[in-house]
Amino acid sequence: MLALIPLLPFAGFLVNATMGKRLPKNVSGGLASLLMVIAFVIAAAQVWALAAIPAESRQINQTLYTWISAGNFSVDLAFRLDALSAVMILVVTGVGSLIHIYSTSYMHEETAPEFARYFAYLNLFCFFMLLLVLGSNVLVMFVGWEGVGLCSYLLIGFYYAKKSASDAAKKAFIVNRVGDFAFILGALAMFMHFHSLDFTTVALAAKAMPIETAGFGILSLITLLMFIGATGKSAQIPLYVWLPDAMEGPTPVSALIHAATMVTAGVYMIGRTAVLFEHAPITMSVVAVIGAATALLAGTIGLVQNDIKRVLAYSTVSQLGYMFLAMGVGAFGAGIFHLYTHAFFKALLFLGSGAVIHALHGQQDIRHMGGLKKHLPITYWTFLIGALAIAGVPLLSGFFSKDEILYETFLHGHYLLWGVAAVTSLLTATYMFRLVHLTFHGEERFAGAHAPASTHAPEHSSTHAPVHLHDAPAPMAFALIVLAAGSIFAGYIGLPHAFGHNVLNEWLQPAFQATNCGAPVVTGELAGLAIEECLPGEELGGEAHTGLELSLMGVSTLIAFAGIGLATFLWVKRRDIPARLAQQYAGVHRLLLNKYYVDEVYDATIVQPIKVVSEEGLWRGFDVKVVDGAVNGAGYFVSGVSILLRLLQNGSVKTYAASTFVGAVAILAYYLWR
Amino acid sequence: MPIGHYLVLSGLLFCIGAAGVFLRRNLITMLLSVEIMLNAVNLTFVAFGRQLGSVDGQIITFFVMTVAAAEAAVGLALVIALFRSRESLNPEAFTSLKW
Repeated sequence: MLALIPLLPFAGFLVNATMGKRLPKNVSGGLASLLMVIAFVIAAAQVWALAAIPAESRQINQTLYTWISAGNFSVDLAFRLDALSAVMILVVTGVGSLIHIYSTSYMHEETAPEFARYFAYLNLFCFFMLLLVLGSNVLVMFVGWEGVGLCSYLLIGFYYAKKSASDAAKKAFIVNRVGDFAFILGALAMFMHFHSLDFTTVALAAKAMPIETAGFGILSLITLLMFIGATGKSAQIPLYVWLPDAMEGPTPVSALIHAATMVTAGVYMIGRTAVLFEHAPITMSVVAVIGAATALLAGTIGLVQNDIKRVLAYSTVSQLGYMFLAMGVGAFGAGIFHLYTHAFFKALLFLGSGAVIHALHGQQDIRHMGGLKKHLPITYWTFLIGALAIAGVPLLSGFFSKDEILYETFLHGHYLLWGVAAVTSLLTATYMFRLVHLTFHGEERFAGAHAPASTHAPEHSSTHAPVHLHDAPAPMAFALIVLAAGSIFAGYIGLPHAFGHNVLNEWLQPAFQATNCGAPVVTGELAGLAIEECLPGEELGGEAHTGLELSLMGVSTLIAFAGIGLATFLWVKRRDIPARLAQQYAGVHRLLLNKYYVDEVYDATIVQPIKVVSEEGLWRGFDVKVVDGAVNGAGYFVSGVSILLRLLQNGSVKTYAASTFVGAVAILAYYLWR
Repeated sequence: MPIGHYLVLSGLLFCIGAAGVFLRRNLITMLLSVEIMLNAVNLTFVAFGRQLGSVDGQIITFFVMTVAAAEAAVGLALVIALFRSRESLNPEAFTSLKW
């Protein structure tokens, strides 16, 4: 059954890739969506079955066949469903289904072959993503890891006729390759040390090893290499540069791949190998610092960007930074919790922005929006819910997960990182509400003259509001409303200790231990039955910390409202202040607007030198001179020698007879006088 | 009679044949010269066969004669075909088969 979950989207890919051109649009899109929904139902059933298994042995394994067997190296194509991958498959198939449904409407203007190509890619992506999360060893995970990278490339470059889109696709792929290379090295180092690539085997072996507090050992090496892999896929410093550019792809793709699922693969991978990371404190601090730094950096950039999708992209980078911060301080449960809530509200925000772009016929610049609230009520309200959730307003999902990260960071004694995260939290609330205000509130700035749709409807150019403005059609509205509900309620499975039970954390903890916590401890009684629970090792929450937790919660609530208030003050009440600030601190503003010139720095320090070396050294030097020289030289040598040899072939039969005779005599003479 | 006499005779015949192939400018004469060379070899075989008291030399001579007959037939057919195309029997006329 487990194998069916990834194979259903794969079947959809095969149908759409081979016959898609001839299928009508509602068949190709409908089939792709239907298969995803079925996969979601099966996934839910499997998770339900998983929940029935007692926590100590909570795993469902399925081995399809032995993939590679060479000497002592053996890898099975095997799937494993445990508490951690259960969360992931529900997110992937659930959000994936909604985005498929949304896409049937969003992409309806494409021609039938393009439409089918889009859904083929989307299904293929889901297949690889499910392979990634269900794989029971590093190699299966790696196949999925590379596969989602490929699909990301294909979908970013979906409008391949556009130069910027194909450039962005190449950038994403190449930057990801850098990380993937480190990932491969990490996997090799893991195999060399543990002689196995199976997650459970490796985790058990690693658990027996001492924690590498003293120095940089093999575990630190493995985890650090794998984390570099994660920085590529999950857009962290220094490899985050591809994600903002990836917004060239269709908006539902940004929602699914570049916000909800693929970019969280790195976080998932750390959760999967949590035991190794726990034994490598050096790597853990690197992860935490990189995460916090990325969160802050991306947050500051997001504050000044003007493209609606770019703001969301930087927000994604920033939130991923939060997740890595959580992983880095050892709060794996909190990191996965934020991953899960983020999937809801960030997919919602992206789909909402897609609805706005759809309504405005491709306009993405928030300076040319405004006042859309009354034109697009469904989009507005759902987008607002998403923005409130990400800003961390109490009782919405983002509040619980973000608060847990902040709390755990503080609890583990990383006060500086907590400060950075808190500042980022303020920035998040501010830029999200800047986006809300500039897009939906204020005066309407999307008059025909500004919109690229002006060619589309010249008769409307005189009127202020284009008549074409329509709210999200039914499939899009459906996805938005379901995700909005998710953004509100998803957090309640991870309530803070002060309020109740953190169900998610307890559910996840066994997955972060080596297999299933060594000795189960009786922690409570219910209806006369002893409930055996794993006592999570890192669980520090107790009565003693309730006060701290509540006060930190108060702080983050204040921060959220401060951010929203600040945004409202600056971009609604006093529109002149941001402009004046931008003028006064023109240098800072330009620095942020140009994303700290990181792209330019990379271009100057990495891209250009590689270009020069490739062009002058490898192409003009090695290829033209050495390779071509050797090939042409061989040719010249042969033709030179043949000029001499062809003199022998003069067509005269007498000469041939004579040379045969002379040859025979010479051979005879040799044998006679030898 | 000692074997040396036979061998000297056959050597002489072979050289005459070879000289004929190299020096004459008529295809038919060259073919005849080749026959002389073959028969010189035949003589050697028969002579050695008698010397060693075995029939092997005579058997192989029959093989050579068979091949020589076939070769003469094919050779003369070629000569006729060549003559029809160039109106000449001089081998120097047929040197177009080169690079």
